[in-house]
Amino acid sequence: MRKFTYLVPKTLDEAISLYQSYGERAKYIAGGTDVLVKIKEGKLAPDYLISLKHIISQDRPFLNHETGELYVGAFVTHRMIETSPLVQAHYPILYDAVKNIGSVQIRNVATIGGNLVNAVPSADGAIPLITLDGKANIYGAKGQRSVDLLRFFLGPGQCDLERGEILTEVVVPRLLPRTGSAYIKHGRREAMELPMLGVGVLLSLEADMETCAKAGISLGVAAPTPIRALQAEKHLVGKTINEETLAEAGKIAGEESKVRDSIRGVAWYRREMVAVLVTRMGMKALERASRNAEVGMGNK
Amino acid sequence: MSREIAFVFNGNKMNMAIEDHWTLLHLIREELGYTGTKEGCGSGECGACTVIVDGNAVNSCLYLAAEIDGKELMTIEGLASPDGTLHPIQKAFVENGGIQCGFCSPGMIISAKALLDENPNANEEEIKEAIAGNLCRCTGYVQIVDSIKSVSGHEAQEPHVVAFRSEEGDRGD
Ligand SMILES: Cc1cc2nc3c(=O)[nH]c(=O)nc-3n(C[C@H](O)[C@H](O)[C@H](O)COP(=O)(O)OP(=O)(O)OC[C@H]3O[C@@H](n4cnc5c(N)ncnc54)[C@H](O)[C@@H]3O)c2cc1C
Ligand code: FES
Ligand code: FES
Repeated sequence: MRKFTYLVPKTLDEAISLYQSYGERAKYIAGGTDVLVKIKEGKLAPDYLISLKHIISQDRPFLNHETGELYVGAFVTHRMIETSPLVQAHYPILYDAVKNIGSVQIRNVATIGGNLVNAVPSADGAIPLITLDGKANIYGAKGQRSVDLLRFFLGPGQCDLERGEILTEVVVPRLLPRTGSAYIKHGRREAMELPMLGVGVLLSLEADMETCAKAGISLGVAAPTPIRALQAEKHLVGKTINEETLAEAGKIAGEESKVRDSIRGVAWYRREMVAVLVTRMGMKALERASRNAEVGMGNK
Repeated sequence: MSREIAFVFNGNKMNMAIEDHWTLLHLIREELGYTGTKEGCGSGECGACTVIVDGNAVNSCLYLAAEIDGKELMTIEGLASPDGTLHPIQKAFVENGGIQCGFCSPGMIISAKALLDENPNANEEEIKEAIAGNLCRCTGYVQIVDSIKSVSGHEAQEPHVVAFRSEEGDRGD
C-alpha cells in the first residue's frame, strides 16, 4: 500500500488539531473499510491518516434514562450495535439494518460513523437512524453543533461536515409508546451486496393498538440521498393500520422516490418494490409494536 | 513512518518494528513468513485473509498492522497443537470434504473458530451467517457448513444428523 503516517489521538481536540496541522494531506480513519480500499485503489492518497478509533468514548449504544434518548457513538462498530440487547429489544429497525452489512469480518471493524459520513445512497446505517428522527452531533474547531440526520446528507458521497469536523454520535429521541419498526435491504443476495433498495418503516400506535399515531417511512437508494417519504407518512397518521392502508402508503412512497433506471434495476420495478416493501415492513412494524405492548415493553 | 509494537501472536509475545502503511496481512505473510493466511481480493470481499484479533474475526487485508499493538492475534497456524495434531475444526473439514483446493480453507476455518468460541452451539443459520464473508469457488459450501455443524454443540445434541452428513446437505435445524 502507498506510504502514510498513522496518527492515533486520544481526544477529539487532539484529532482536530492534528487535522489543522496537516490539512488536505490528512484523512480521518475509523474502521478503515472504506478508506483503506480507496487508498489501495488509488482513489485516495493521504500522507497522514488520523485514527478516530482511540478517542475515548462509549463503545456501545446506551439509553439516557432521564430523557429516553438513545445515544449511538460514531465510533461504535456495526457488530456492537447488532449484539446490543437494548437495540435488539427496542430498536429492531437498527438491528435489521446493521445485521446485514457486509460480513461478520467487516462488521467487527466498520463503524456507524464511517457509514454515515460516507453518505453513499445505499448506506444501510442511515435509513433506520433517519426513520428514528436521529440527530447528528458534530464536533469541530468551532465547537459542537447538531443537525437533523436527514439534513446531514447533501448528495452522493457528500455530507454536512466542514473541513476537519468529526461526527461524534447520533441521538435518537424518546420513542412513543406502542412503537414497532423494521428495515429491509433488497438485493439479489443478503450478504455482501450493493442493495437495490433499502426500506425502513416505523409505526407508533394509539392505545387501541390499530390507529396510527405516528409513522416514519425512509428509503435508501431511491434518490441521491436517503429520503423520508413524507406524503406516505402523512397518509397513515390517524388511519387504521392494515395491509390496505399500508399498500396505499407504499404506492405514495413509490411516487415520492426518485428511482431511475440503473445497474441496480429499472425504475418501474424499483418503484413497485418500494410499494411492496413498505407494506411488508409496515406489517412487520405493526406486529412488533403489538408484541412489545403484550410483553409490556412499549418503549416508554 | 515506523513504530514499535507489542502483541501476542498465536500465543507468543512479540515485539517488532513495523511500518505504518503495512496491512496486518502484509505483516503476517511477508514479515513473519506465515503463509497460511491468504490474499484473495485484498478488499474485504472474499475472506481468504481472515484472522482473529482479540476474539473477533477480521479481514487482515483491511486492517492496519499498527492496530494490532497491545492485542492478541490468531492465524490458522495457531490452531493445531505444537505436535501437529489438528484442531477439531480442521479435522472436521478434512473428514467432511470441506476442503478441495484449500485456498479458502484457512479463512473458513478461522471464521468457524471465531464463531464457535463465541457460540459453541451455533446452528446452521448462525454458521451460514458467520461464513457469509468467506467465498469458496470449489465446494459449493454444503460440505463446509456440514464440517462446522459436526463440531458445533448444537449438532452434538442431535447425533443422528451426523451419521448421514453427506446426504443431509441443506437440512434445516
Ligand atoms: C466488503 C465490504 C462490504 C460492505 N458492505 C456494506 C453494506 O452492506 N452496507 C453498507 O452500508 N456499507 C457497506 N460497506 C461500506 C463500509 O464498510 C461501511 O459503510 C462502513 O460502515 C464504513 O465505516 P468505517 O469505520 O470502516 O469507515 P472508514 O473507512 O474508517 O471511513 C469512511 C469515511 O468516513 C470518514 N469518517 C469516518 N468516521 C468519521 C467520523 N466519526 N467523523 C468524520 N469523518 C469520519 C473517513 O474520513 C472516511 O472518509 C462495505 C464495505 C466493504 C469493504
Ligand atoms: S483478501 Fe481480504 S477479504 Fe479478500
Ligand atoms: S476449497 Fe477451493 S476455494 Fe474453497
